[in-house]
Amino acid sequence: MKLKRKIAAALLVVMAVITACPTGVASATEVNTYTYNYDYWGLEYESPDAYQPMSYTDGKMLGITPFKQAQSMYIRNNSIYVVDTGNSRIVEILVEGDTMTVVREITEFTGDSEVLTLASPQDVYVDTNGDLYITDQGNYRILHLTKDLQLVKEMGKPDSTLLDAENPFEPKKIVVDRAGRMFVLAKNENQGVMQFEPDGEFVGFIGASEVTVSLVDIIKKKFSTKAQRDQMVDFVPTEYNNLYIDQKSFIYCTTDVFAEADLDAGSAKPIRKLNSLGGDILIRNGGWVPCGDWQWDDAAGMNGPSRIVDITAMEDETYYVADRIRGRIFAYDEQGHLLYAFGGPGNKLGYFMYPIAIEHMGTDLYILDTTTGAITRFARTEFGNLIHSALDEYSVGNYDASAAHWEKVLAMNGNYELAYIGIGRALLRQQNYEEAMEYFKVMRDDENYSRAWKYYRKDWIENNLGYVIVVLVVLGLIPAIIKKVKKIRWEARMQYEFESENKNK
Amino acid sequence: MSLNLKTKINKQAWNRYWDSLKYSLYVLTHPFDGFWDLTHEKRGSIAAANTLLILTFMTNLWNLRFESFLFNDTRWERINIWSQIAGILAPLLLYVVANWCLTTLFDGKGRMTDVYMGMCYSLTPYILIMNPVTILSNVLTKEEGAFLAYFEIIALVWAFVWILISVMQIHDYSLLKAIMAIAFSVVGMMIIVFLIMLFFSLVSDAIAFFVSVGKELIFRFN
Repeated sequence: MKLKRKIAAALLVVMAVITACPTGVASATEVNTYTYNYDYWGLEYESPDAYQPMSYTDGKMLGITPFKQAQSMYIRNNSIYVVDTGNSRIVEILVEGDTMTVVREITEFTGDSEVLTLASPQDVYVDTNGDLYITDQGNYRILHLTKDLQLVKEMGKPDSTLLDAENPFEPKKIVVDRAGRMFVLAKNENQGVMQFEPDGEFVGFIGASEVTVSLVDIIKKKFSTKAQRDQMVDFVPTEYNNLYIDQKSFIYCTTDVFAEADLDAGSAKPIRKLNSLGGDILIRNGGWVPCGDWQWDDAAGMNGPSRIVDITAMEDETYYVADRIRGRIFAYDEQGHLLYAFGGPGNKLGYFMYPIAIEHMGTDLYILDTTTGAITRFARTEFGNLIHSALDEYSVGNYDASAAHWEKVLAMNGNYELAYIGIGRALLRQQNYEEAMEYFKVMRDDENYSRAWKYYRKDWIENNLGYVIVVLVVLGLIPAIIKKVKKIRWEARMQYEFESENKNK
Repeated sequence: MSLNLKTKINKQAWNRYWDSLKYSLYVLTHPFDGFWDLTHEKRGSIAAANTLLILTFMTNLWNLRFESFLFNDTRWERINIWSQIAGILAPLLLYVVANWCLTTLFDGKGRMTDVYMGMCYSLTPYILIMNPVTILSNVLTKEEGAFLAYFEIIALVWAFVWILISVMQIHDYSLLKAIMAIAFSVVGMMIIVFLIMLFFSLVSDAIAFFVSVGKELIFRFN
């Protein structure tokens, strides 16, 4: 009995020591953000930071009422326009260096209209003149205001047979192209993006996504009663959730409505880029379609694939998307390769509770979190700059300069897939096929490897033509020689047997 | 003298082995004739059959290892040689047992060793096609190598047809009966797997039962 007690006491002491000991975990949390990319097998590798969080600014810090359910944000030049839906206002913030100052809070305007205030606005677009386009959802209208908040025009529900007469007109998102054409997403309108002429006339929908119906669904529908059929989800096209218009007036749209099975099959397209006819022209040359995470675990209430809420595209045609499930930001290049990803769920600087909008100012990224009502500014690091300068050099045709940048990227991150392929391409152009093949093989880029191998093989055969001919001739001769030798041996044996037979006689 | 005799016997055994192995090439081109003589004229041997089986394992592994990455998506770190071999060996042995069980009941003429030999000799086309494919894949580009996949299909179809013919000839069956025999052998394989799993799960349940009874006894009497 005494012994048992002693053992128990000893155990307690050991456990106390173990819990008291500082572990390595505490110091590891010092890293603010992480970046990773995926390799050929879809494994993620950590990489140096491409973006680092610089500042965190909420309404209180700006000296105004805290943001309440802010839904959107727009950046024009040095001004950030935050759409503070819960407070029915739009806040214009001027950014000068590291400081942000509130310029004005837009809640009302002047002009010839019955209602001169905003009611839960959803989105704002500011054109180069400073004119504001606001989706004033609570008042079921789109507003076009001048810089001085003078009403230019207001658009209610278009009188069109394309729209369901029963649904109220609840515009969500708006972008405007250089000619003044407006592209609008409205609640419960799933036929694509609504297009309005500069004078406010509704033209029609563009970019309607195709309806995907699986065979199983068709069979199910065939064999179910009418009551069952009414309960089923209708086959409707996916509804977009956000828009972005780039410098060349291409519209990027995102959607978070897709089946996980479609994503696995590679047929889901959560990000699209529309041309003026509404065709999807997004290039998807990466290992996987741009869709956020490739692999995920369901844990802590974060389930399923990434659900993208907003997108912004920079001048070099790289684009950034925000994932609301895990609070991550994914960057893609023009070709659809994942460049890096960062962010995550949490309260710390550089992490998000529910990112809702992403915009850029120069190379800085601004991300609005609807739960915390705060704007986080991210600045590009040296590593990020190297990647982008390598991409830029490549797109203008300076392949060697591009490779030089990629070399520097590799020095910082030895797992960076695009760097290997970029260097390999430069080597291929320099006709250094053997080395190019090595670079492609490391990243299992079969098409480029194949191209390099074809030239390498051609060169090799030309250089060793003599040997090749000799080997071919020898290969041709060997069977003949064997035949001859066999014949001689057979004749000798017959001769021997004949002679010994004669001897016996 | 005795040493001389021993070497002579060894040489005879070697010759017999070598002839039976070379006979697989004859079977490759003359399946009906070949499979009949394989067992009825004792032209095949278990040793040669084992050799062919080992060569099949090697062919499979060589293909995984040396085929150019352009055509081969194998993730090397995930490959386990033993599970690769078991992946071929387990269905093969199951098939041999199931096929023998079935054909014995339905007046098949072959013994189990005959079924095994027929199976292994039928693998010859796989060995003879896949090795050149592996070598060729390292010379071709992706576009040129598109037809390599067809060779793999040809190898498998060839082997399968030869298995069918081997069943016909070894058991003296008609084509239809041979097809039925193979189909029901597959069912038999499933039944065997089921029985094995049932056996092990029952045994482990029984062990768990006795272990818990033992624990209970120790707990009560302690």
